[in-house]
Amino acid sequence: MSPTLSIAKKEFRAYFQSPIAYVFITLFLVLSVWIFFFLSNFFLVGQSTLRTLFDWIPITFLIFVPAVTMRTWAEEQKLGTAEILLTFPVRDWEVVLGKFLAGLAFLSVAILLTLPLTATVAWLGNPDNGAVIAGYVGSILLGAAYLSIGLWVSSMTQNQIVAFLISLVLCFILFIVGIPTTLSSLPDWLVPFVSRLSLGAHYDSIGRGVIDSRDVLYFLSIIVFFLFLNVQSIASRRWS
Amino acid sequence: MIEVQNLTKTYGPTVAVDGISFEIPRGEVVGFLGPNGAGKTTTMRILTCYLPADSGEARVAGHDTFTEPVEVRRRIGYLPESAPVYAEMGIVEYLDFVAEVRGIPSSDRKSRIGRAVERTGLGPMIQKDIGQLSKGYRQRVGLAATLIHDPEVLVLDEPTTGLDPNQIIEIRQLIREIGREKTVILSTHILPEVEATCDRVLIINYGTIVASGTTDELTRAAQGEVLTRISVRGEAVNVEPVLMSTEGIEKVSRLDPIKDGTCRYELTTKDSEIEERLFHLAVGNNWVLTELHTETLSLEQVFTQLTLGDR
Repeated sequence: MSPTLSIAKKEFRAYFQSPIAYVFITLFLVLSVWIFFFLSNFFLVGQSTLRTLFDWIPITFLIFVPAVTMRTWAEEQKLGTAEILLTFPVRDWEVVLGKFLAGLAFLSVAILLTLPLTATVAWLGNPDNGAVIAGYVGSILLGAAYLSIGLWVSSMTQNQIVAFLISLVLCFILFIVGIPTTLSSLPDWLVPFVSRLSLGAHYDSIGRGVIDSRDVLYFLSIIVFFLFLNVQSIASRRWS
Repeated sequence: MIEVQNLTKTYGPTVAVDGISFEIPRGEVVGFLGPNGAGKTTTMRILTCYLPADSGEARVAGHDTFTEPVEVRRRIGYLPESAPVYAEMGIVEYLDFVAEVRGIPSSDRKSRIGRAVERTGLGPMIQKDIGQLSKGYRQRVGLAATLIHDPEVLVLDEPTTGLDPNQIIEIRQLIREIGREKTVILSTHILPEVEATCDRVLIINYGTIVASGTTDELTRAAQGEVLTRISVRGEAVNVEPVLMSTEGIEKVSRLDPIKDGTCRYELTTKDSEIEERLFHLAVGNNWVLTELHTETLSLEQVFTQLTLGDR
């Protein structure tokens, strides 16, 4: 097994070794279910769609993902275990990628645990399967983007709380720059540029049920960009 | 095994390592000795490719630390300062992870973990999580992890800090044992540790090597003066003038008040054969010698001399 996968496996297991993971997954699910059934008046509206769930994912992830990533690097740097990890016969990027994959796996577990909701909707009515699949793909891509941002922020501090708050704010800004309210307050010439940069715009575009390669490419480049920054911030110990 | 040439590393305006060079042959246990902040940890971090040097060269088993970090790290087992651990992991789980990252095939892992656990005496604790262990056992877990891939070189940064005296003795014995087959570099600011575990000492201060050699060599080299203590039964009035007029004795100081007709003196000389001459002196003057003791400077005194001096 490659060192990247060994690290990913160890990190993934580490999530479940602390109670925090269970707390966050439970919170995420409770919140999702609450939003789905009550906030959206599911039974009143009488439409078999998962739209509300996916509409709210960017907001629930805003809390959930930074909570997952906050300790990854911050804790290692505080305790000094980063020095063990970074003196194994591996490259810095292999460690970064390992941590990212572990986070992604954990996130996927959380997302997959919402499947009973989907099953309920399918049982009650006849939802558009394409939209549901696109919704899941979009959620995973958005979650992965948040994840790469959170990991990078965590690598720059030894304080988990600081990591959590900064990642939350950063993800929030990147998500919100594309929504109409923000765009309308910007000068016209900036609008097309900013709306393309926004996580929200691309997420909505996928959520409509069309998985466009441009949107996927956008998310992948965001992920690669922040993972690259993460590698750089790990390597920055060498520059001082 | 390890060749270091003119290594320099600065942190902003602070020079942590200032052009040090040394060589360590295979199978030697070498101690880096120096006060806190002397540059020991930085040197070790360069050797383990955690930090790059600003200039100079360091090679481990023929591989350059700057251009072939992965090759170098493959051959090193490194215990960082204060032995950080993943508290939530179990001992076996952690050792298995280390073995896996280091690319040891799964068929080999069990036996290797078994051997490392046995060598470090972790057996009785094997079921526990690392977080439940005492400081001493955590240190052993760290040591076991450095041994798992059977490295040619061990780099141990202050392996005994924070341990109680019994644990210190055990860890030192372990290092001695490991040092029979492997090249070991350890750092410490505790002097007896070096005397107890190392073949050779490098005394580092302000990022430079101020002395190097075996502990014996170092103590001998620093010995400008020899202190000799003698007790003679006889009248002080008779003994003292004779001692003072003897050639080679530079200073005579009386120790305690004379009782039972015995007087004690501390003599300062530069003569290494002073004992023999004092014996003949006593025979010639018909004194009864009841004590004759030459004190050599301890490593501790050498260390203080070398590291407290002005820059």
